[in-house]
Amino acid sequence: MTQTLRLLGRMLLGALGVLVLAGLWEAYKALGPDSGVVIGGTTILPRTTDLAMPHVWEMITKFSDPVASFSGGDTVASAVWSACLFTLKLSAIGWVIGVVIGLVLALLMTRFRLAESAMLPWIVLSQTVPLIAIAPLVRRWGSQIHIAGWTWTSEASVAVIAAYLAFFPVAVGALRGLRSPDSTHLDLMHAYGVGWWRGLATLRLPSSVPYLLPALRLAAASAVIGEVVAEASIGLRGGVGRLVIEYAQSAGGDPAKPWAPIFGAIAVGLVSAGAVGLIGLMCRPYRRGETA
Amino acid sequence: MSSTHPDGPIPANAVEVSGVSRVFPRRQGRDVVALDDVHLTVAEGEFVSLIGPSGCGKSTLLRIIADLDAPSAGSLSVFGKSSRQARLDQDYGIAFQQAGLLPWRTVAANVGLPLEIHRVDKGARRQRVGELLEMVGLTDFAKSYPDELSGGMQQRVAIARALAESPRLLLMDEPFGALDEITRERMQTELVRICSETGAAVVFVTHSIPEAVFLSDRVVVMTPRPGKIIEIVDSGPDTGERRDDDFRDAAGFFHTVARVRELLHGSPAAAALSAARGVENR
Repeated sequence: MTQTLRLLGRMLLGALGVLVLAGLWEAYKALGPDSGVVIGGTTILPRTTDLAMPHVWEMITKFSDPVASFSGGDTVASAVWSACLFTLKLSAIGWVIGVVIGLVLALLMTRFRLAESAMLPWIVLSQTVPLIAIAPLVRRWGSQIHIAGWTWTSEASVAVIAAYLAFFPVAVGALRGLRSPDSTHLDLMHAYGVGWWRGLATLRLPSSVPYLLPALRLAAASAVIGEVVAEASIGLRGGVGRLVIEYAQSAGGDPAKPWAPIFGAIAVGLVSAGAVGLIGLMCRPYRRGETA
Repeated sequence: MSSTHPDGPIPANAVEVSGVSRVFPRRQGRDVVALDDVHLTVAEGEFVSLIGPSGCGKSTLLRIIADLDAPSAGSLSVFGKSSRQARLDQDYGIAFQQAGLLPWRTVAANVGLPLEIHRVDKGARRQRVGELLEMVGLTDFAKSYPDELSGGMQQRVAIARALAESPRLLLMDEPFGALDEITRERMQTELVRICSETGAAVVFVTHSIPEAVFLSDRVVVMTPRPGKIIEIVDSGPDTGERRDDDFRDAAGFFHTVARVRELLHGSPAAAALSAARGVENR
């Protein structure tokens, strides 16, 4: 009972946060100068014209407008909805690939010290490569792959790039988690004459859960970012990333429109982080160490 | 409990250590000699404490007996086997200063961990865990999680876990070191009871003199740099007396405490003074 109340309270607080943000936006738009706040020739705060900062309600009502002004076809809402589903699906695939790769790397690094010194610097380095640069490369390399009737698609490239961002937090988080058992526990396993794999299952994996869960959530958020950026830079149609670019082109005449896919991308990120939160609920007993 | 050993005759001694040394090599400077030419025999069912200041190698000796560390020189046998074989055969149970319970397992699942790892079937496991929890007085807490227990209770769970496979040898590395004095004395009394019930030999590392004297048949006094045995002091109540709380007030108890303290301090006068004050030497 108290738990449902607490949950309700947290949801209310979350909603309140969004409202406060919208209120700040409108307040600044109403009170701030049209040309923005400029100090010494540098714009500190943005212009408050309708072009730069559309009203919040305009952004919301935009969802019910048709995509193209001349036709009575799809509404913006349905276009964004289907784009979100598309993006969500590919990010989920990218997340799964990233998590598997991250876990395998962490296991290798836990098992072999040499693997850690050989791989960890490269794993860190891999995240410094700009995504915009590797996206076209992945597509070009991928397009040369043909396996038994299956040819590499742009969707595959985008998922791979999502995985490229997602694997990193998992590899680092899982490595810390797998190393987290203290020496008493390790001595105990040794005293029981347990082999490495059995020790992994009884000790290392369960004790890595508190480290793994935030890593998985971070990976979910990273996968969505990678996905959206890759869509935009490869030019893959169907997803939110492409929609952001498309609608931005009409920003001059319709300043509220580009916000629709942006909200869509945020929703995709929230949904994927939330889905990982559900995994956390299932792993509850393994998180007792967090409070103990 | 430990009387059922069908495989051949039981060797007379639980542990035999002869001429064991352990040197920790260091890159610069001199190597650290943790143990130097140590000889020790622990008989079946005997309670032996290792006592000495930090760095005297008492924990190292225990870890070598447990095959968690290897000697640099010398040899040892546990129930007539190599220490490695004894470890693989689960001839000993072990408890550390940290209870080392797995936080995601209930008390019952923690006690049953070694049985589960060695694939004891479920029915037998449940029965044995029930017995053990009764022995340490935690039957009501079977379904609790470690973070819901006090330090003393956690340590009792760890002792129950060490006893799970009815070992004939119990290795304990300062198991009560992190407990307050009151809990500690209660745990000592309980350990005496448990040991008499199981008949297991015990090697017990501590740096509390009264604890060592109260619990042990023999107290092994060690000195650091290099880690060596100075002397082995016989301890225990007079014949016919029981090792219970009355023993803590017996003249023999104080006499042995003073003797051990004297050996540790190296000066009889200082030892007599602190013995008179009854201060615990840590």
